[in-house]
Amino acid sequence: MEGQGNGLVLECRGLRKAFGDLQAVDGVGFSIAEGETYGLLGPNGAGKTTSISMICGLLQRDAGDVFVDGKPLTTRSVGAKSAVGYVPQDLAIYPDLTARENLAFFGRLYGLSGNELKTRVDEVLEIIGLADRKNDKSDEFSGGMKRRLNIGIGLLHGPHLLVLDEPTVGVDPQSRNAILESVEHLSTEGMAVLYTTHYMEEAERLCDRVGIIDHGKIVAEGNRRELVELVGQRDRIRLRASGDLEGAAAAVAGLPGVLEAAAREDGLDLIVECAADTLTEILGGVTQAGATVSSVDVDEPNLEAVFLHLTGRALRD
Amino acid sequence: MRTALLIARKDLRQRFRDRSALIYGILAPLGLAFIFSFVFNPIQNTTFEVEYVVVDEDAGPISVAFGQALGALEDNLGATVRQVDSVQKAEEQVETGSDAFAGEDEEQADAAFLLPAGLSDDVMSGQGGEMTVIGGAGSELGTQIAYSVAEGFAAELGAVEVAVKTAVSFETAPDPETVGLLTEQAAATKNPVTLEDISAATKQLSATTYMAAGMAVFFLFFTVSFGVSGLLEEKRIGTMHRLLAAPISRRSIVIGKALTSFALGIVSMTILVVATTILLDADWGDPLGVAMLVVAAVFSAMGILAIVAATAKTQDQAGNFQAIVSLVLAFLGGTFFSIAQVGGLITTLSLFTPHAWFLRGLGDLQGGEVSSVLPAVAALLAFGLVTGAIAWPFLLRAVDR
Repeated sequence: MEGQGNGLVLECRGLRKAFGDLQAVDGVGFSIAEGETYGLLGPNGAGKTTSISMICGLLQRDAGDVFVDGKPLTTRSVGAKSAVGYVPQDLAIYPDLTARENLAFFGRLYGLSGNELKTRVDEVLEIIGLADRKNDKSDEFSGGMKRRLNIGIGLLHGPHLLVLDEPTVGVDPQSRNAILESVEHLSTEGMAVLYTTHYMEEAERLCDRVGIIDHGKIVAEGNRRELVELVGQRDRIRLRASGDLEGAAAAVAGLPGVLEAAAREDGLDLIVECAADTLTEILGGVTQAGATVSSVDVDEPNLEAVFLHLTGRALRD
Repeated sequence: MRTALLIARKDLRQRFRDRSALIYGILAPLGLAFIFSFVFNPIQNTTFEVEYVVVDEDAGPISVAFGQALGALEDNLGATVRQVDSVQKAEEQVETGSDAFAGEDEEQADAAFLLPAGLSDDVMSGQGGEMTVIGGAGSELGTQIAYSVAEGFAAELGAVEVAVKTAVSFETAPDPETVGLLTEQAAATKNPVTLEDISAATKQLSATTYMAAGMAVFFLFFTVSFGVSGLLEEKRIGTMHRLLAAPISRRSIVIGKALTSFALGIVSMTILVVATTILLDADWGDPLGVAMLVVAAVFSAMGILAIVAATAKTQDQAGNFQAIVSLVLAFLGGTFFSIAQVGGLITTLSLFTPHAWFLRGLGDLQGGEVSSVLPAVAALLAFGLVTGAIAWPFLLRAVDR
């Protein structure tokens, strides 16, 4: 079977894997285009790591196909694997080797050598902020530095697809932010990114599209808005205001994108299609109607709510 | 192969950096060889001084033959043999020899041989004779040697007696003169008791060399384990996932670990051979023969430990299994003591250990040409081939497990 050659960097279909009686992955399939960041969002044990283990060729699958750059990828593939950068969930670095040695070793495994290897190692050391510690053994690094080195190894050979398996688990907030910024930067440079996480905020911040996975199946897929709409959730705006509140409610109720507007004792409650798109017009309408706004509170339905709606349980259960 | 070499190079860098290979591969065996050498060398190098007295009341052909046997004892063991004219004097000198407070100028002996009057006649007439050894209570070793010499001589006498009886049985009656002549000829033809220096000519390693070789092959099994159990370490620290995700084959990962084992084993053994030769005056034998044995021993250790690594689930478990296997094989293989001195079932079992074949090969090398190590080399390579072939599919599966 061949990939469709439609410009997709990753295309996987019908992935299945069972461990004894446990069906860990049951028909997972999705695709990622160049420059796109795809999030696989689900609680622990949902099948995220098993899915990406099959996608990266670590694990033999029971069924399904994986194509990277149109080439089939299996556990024995060489060409297709060269296009994938893998960052495992747990640290996967050699503690007795320096940062430079760790990078150089894995770079050589991917066929880099000579000046090309040296240049790439230096570039990646800059990207992950370890250039000044390149000759220190990695067991002397802080947890955050080790995490950054862990990601750097996955980037070294300039993969078309970067697969990150929960890279921020157990990371301090500062390092976590640095990692997220790096991923954002990579996707703007055209790299396709597959990012698994059970942190809803990370998926919302990084991912162009999200697949929600539970019990080994993708139960919903799309961008945040599509997912939110899928379950009928809307943005909610709460205005703290004074003056002619009834008149203000009537004035904004007719604006495009405003679904409901109601006055209450100290302000207005509105339900809109998209708060970001309509907020300016709403504030203008309220002011023109003779009310004075003292504060705005926007409540956008998040993926946590979507997940709860779809699965009946929270992401961190 | 390039990938396997990359992995081996990385592993070797790690092993030398964490010093584990240095400790197990060089320092520990060298240290123990030093200690054992200091323990055993005084015994080996001490000049053996033993004095015997002979009371020859027989003065016949048997006593002459026995004198020749004792002459060999003097020549080869450095024993001193004196004649005394009475049993009483002999007993006094043996008692004095056992007295720690005896003066230096007093005549003393470690043991005495009593050849009673008529011994030759009794032997020649077919009645059999009796020789007595008086041993000193304070000279256990000297007495033991004296007893062994007398016992060996008595065994030879028995053969002579039977031969004479057979030769004269066709005639009507034994002619005492004929019996006496034959006995004398038999005694003259072959020295009844032969003592030879067996340390150089007949496959014996010196105590120092034996200990150095024993420690080297014992710790070889620990050193080599760093390579093959590296698969489990890759899993423990999570890097196996990266290796599996990389565009390389599973086979190259396993071969890389095997190369690491091989390199560690060869480096460790080479350093130990050179170091013990220089520092302990060990005599390993012809370098080519030693090299063949070392390579074969490393190969056999790799195979055996690969089975252990392939069946263990964790690195700790593999470490425990490997220690048990290494110790059992070392004991059975005569690493700590000479199996030849034990005999029986243990000697047979030792043939199932690379350690015994390695030490045997070195022994063969002492007494023969380089080609004399070939049987041992073949046995060691067979160990490696058979165990390696068994381990190979399990190792490939262990990579995925």
